[in-house]
Amino acid sequence: MRDRLDASGPRGTKPKKVFSRRNIVLYGTLLIVAVYYLLPLYVMLVTSLKDMTEIRMGNVFAPPTEITFQPWVKAWSEACTGVNCDGLSRGFWNSVRILIPSVILSISVALVSGYALSKWKFKGSELFFTMLLVGAFIPYQVMLYPIVIMLRETGMFLSNFDPLTWTRQGVCFALGPLSECDGTGRIQLFGSISGLVIVHTIFGMPINVLLFRNYFASIPEELFKAARVDGAGFWGILFRIILPMSLPILVVAMIIQVTGIWNDFLFGVVYTRAEQYPMTVQLNNIVNSVQGVKEYNVNMAATLLTGLVPLTIYFFSGKLFVRGIAAGAVKG
Amino acid sequence: MIATAVIAFFGGTIWTVVYSFTSSGLLPKLDWVGLDQYDRLWNTTKWIVSIKNLALYGAFSLVFTLVIGFVLAALLDRKIRFEDTFRTIFLYPFALSFIVTGLVWQWILNPEFGVQGVVRSMGWTSFTFNPLNDPDIVMFGLLIAGLWQGTGLIMCIMLAGLRGIDDDIWKASRVDGIPSWKTYVQIIIPMMRPVFITAVVLITSGIIKLYDLVVAQTSGGPGISSEVPAKYVMQSMFGGQNLGQGFAASTMMLVSVVIILVPWALLEFGGRKRG
Repeated sequence: MRDRLDASGPRGTKPKKVFSRRNIVLYGTLLIVAVYYLLPLYVMLVTSLKDMTEIRMGNVFAPPTEITFQPWVKAWSEACTGVNCDGLSRGFWNSVRILIPSVILSISVALVSGYALSKWKFKGSELFFTMLLVGAFIPYQVMLYPIVIMLRETGMFLSNFDPLTWTRQGVCFALGPLSECDGTGRIQLFGSISGLVIVHTIFGMPINVLLFRNYFASIPEELFKAARVDGAGFWGILFRIILPMSLPILVVAMIIQVTGIWNDFLFGVVYTRAEQYPMTVQLNNIVNSVQGVKEYNVNMAATLLTGLVPLTIYFFSGKLFVRGIAAGAVKG
Repeated sequence: MIATAVIAFFGGTIWTVVYSFTSSGLLPKLDWVGLDQYDRLWNTTKWIVSIKNLALYGAFSLVFTLVIGFVLAALLDRKIRFEDTFRTIFLYPFALSFIVTGLVWQWILNPEFGVQGVVRSMGWTSFTFNPLNDPDIVMFGLLIAGLWQGTGLIMCIMLAGLRGIDDDIWKASRVDGIPSWKTYVQIIIPMMRPVFITAVVLITSGIIKLYDLVVAQTSGGPGISSEVPAKYVMQSMFGGQNLGQGFAASTMMLVSVVIILVPWALLEFGGRKRG
């Protein structure tokens, strides 16, 4: 190093060569790895655009000679799962019906809880928070069955709560398209979409409360005190001061929740019945059903269709997705 | 609402642990049988296979995810062009579900049309690469898919960690003429200890949950050669109507999490006190 500096020769910084050995190795490695990561997406796409004769003759990596969209149509509206042959569309709409209330409910609950835990500390609030975080590490399998019972009992309790039928029907109406109320107005939480919404809300609590609590902790205490002096209460401060400042964290929480809930398989299998299966569960049933000839092109179109929602969010939210992950990673 | 969640988490957990000491079959019932369920569990071949599989998958997954994640992050940290593009490519699988991941790789590893078929059609007819139908290496077939899905996340975390390291350290090591790989191993990695701890906790808690991927990619097969504990729990609870076994198996999963978490908590919070 020193020798080189002492030697008389060209001065100044060495011009950077584009094709230096370091660069070739660096970019070469990155490109090869990138190919590995992109391969499955490419395979899904080309397979879904081929017809079956072409698939039987060629290999998974060959591009389609004749592009057909028939597999996509079939995957969306004709593919069979058990008794139903109306394709993934049913699962898609189920997932949307699960996703929207779950995201709204879990985020609003976590927002209020995080706000209470950081700005309205009460006796034992720290303990509550710690317990919530510890709860996040408990394997889901341990809690699956007790929650089946809780949902069943709560549903029964709500149904029997009021002897007057009109009240039950009122509750039924309020839960609206989410719950499956039969003619008598009996409420069923287990095996229904509303039950799954509750489950997603509960299991989303630790990560979301953590996100909001940490975010609100960074809001200056003076602002909060000034608002209290001006006479604003718990909700007043929340709506007029906290909420307008929370847009970035709301987006992050939303990305985490939307991808998480859309990709969920375990809760969907356990807490819903066949008619309400979310798209992820239905996809697995379509592809891994044993009956009949395997239509690989339809399967791949179905797989791609199911992946489309989280992929779209990922590509459009870019940096925010990364931030969301980093924020989620804090806790694990 | 927090109370509801806490009750669901802890009440549910305690309930399951209590009922794991009963003979519950189709329905939960409280008749104490002591450790019978655990005795049966550890005498069941399928459970033993599940544990071995998970241990194998877990060990490889942990090592490879950490190494690949760190190397990719280090490469991206070398002030390269198109960093955003590469990061986007490495991370996108993480947005996809394990079901989607499992199904795609099931197709790529299909012996007739996938990798094996392609190599054979190029003239090398004796080439064999059929992990999903070979009981000996089926877990590696799952590992390929699992790494594809999960390394991007760890890369992101490591990248964040690398960015947090002061530039002066690099300058100093360059002045001293230390090669960069040595700087990484001897200075940077020890400095990134908290990041590595986070990554390890994330990866291990993911490994214990391993379920969706197996269901989608192999359904536990061929035979029982890719069974995992989470699948055993589901099978006994909702398939075999053998609740007690399911509770005992899930309690064992809980125990393994506690075993991992306690040392982590000690490492993280022991010694230095945080505000």
